[in-house]
Amino acid sequence: MVPLNWYLMLSAVVFMIGVFGFLTRRNIIIMFMSVELMLNAVNISLVAFSHYLQDMRGQILVIFIITVAAAEAAIGLAIIIALFRNKGTVHVDEMNEMKG
Amino acid sequence: MLSELFFGYFAAVIILLSVLVITRRNPVHSVMWMLLFFFHIAGLYLFLNAEFIAAIQIIVYAGAILVLFLFVLLLLNLREELKVKRFIGTWPAGLFVTAALLVIVLSVVKSFVPGPAGKYSIEFIKQETHTKALGKLLYTDYLFPFEIASIVLLVAIIGAIVLAKRKTRSK
Repeated sequence: MVPLNWYLMLSAVVFMIGVFGFLTRRNIIIMFMSVELMLNAVNISLVAFSHYLQDMRGQILVIFIITVAAAEAAIGLAIIIALFRNKGTVHVDEMNEMKG
Repeated sequence: MLSELFFGYFAAVIILLSVLVITRRNPVHSVMWMLLFFFHIAGLYLFLNAEFIAAIQIIVYAGAILVLFLFVLLLLNLREELKVKRFIGTWPAGLFVTAALLVIVLSVVKSFVPGPAGKYSIEFIKQETHTKALGKLLYTDYLFPFEIASIVLLVAIIGAIVLAKRKTRSK
């Protein structure tokens, strides 16, 4: 039987890799994928909790997280397309219109 | 012993793949590694007796979201993206922050005390089947959040169309 802590550690490591990617990459698509990595890390720990506490609520929450991730991907990629159409790049350092 | 071995394989491959996802220069390669990553996550869910979650992980994440990513990547021009540097100049600062966060989280994980177990034991799920148990809970106790999720998806549909639509001249 694998202890619950192992799953939580795996989830923490994947989440932090996602944080690192989000902080250090400047390609907006890769930053988006880092967010997806973080969401998946949270899903791992929720399903692990759900299994070890013998409660279904964690998995219900995972279903909602996947729903929101799909919505977020659709909206975010639409924004990326609109940005690329206006700026011709997906490099976030070039996007500084909101600086004021 | 065997279960630890399986978990070790999945954990090692998941960590390796997530590192590969964020370090590739070409985003298309990142998407491909991400596909493998999602399949391994689904394997981990099967390992945790969550068949339905594993199925929707593959169907929604690998089947819908990644295909969306791939479509958008092919719409964009990535020629000059391949020439610029992969990471920002101050990436060691990011690494430091991330490592500090990881240490904090791992030190907290050790002191976790599990609460009382619920009624969804493995025997109960085996008898009820996982999808049925999940669906019963989702359509009774969590009906209102379920409706909100449908509104979120509606907003996503409308928002994606409005944002990606080309502006018409007559405005």
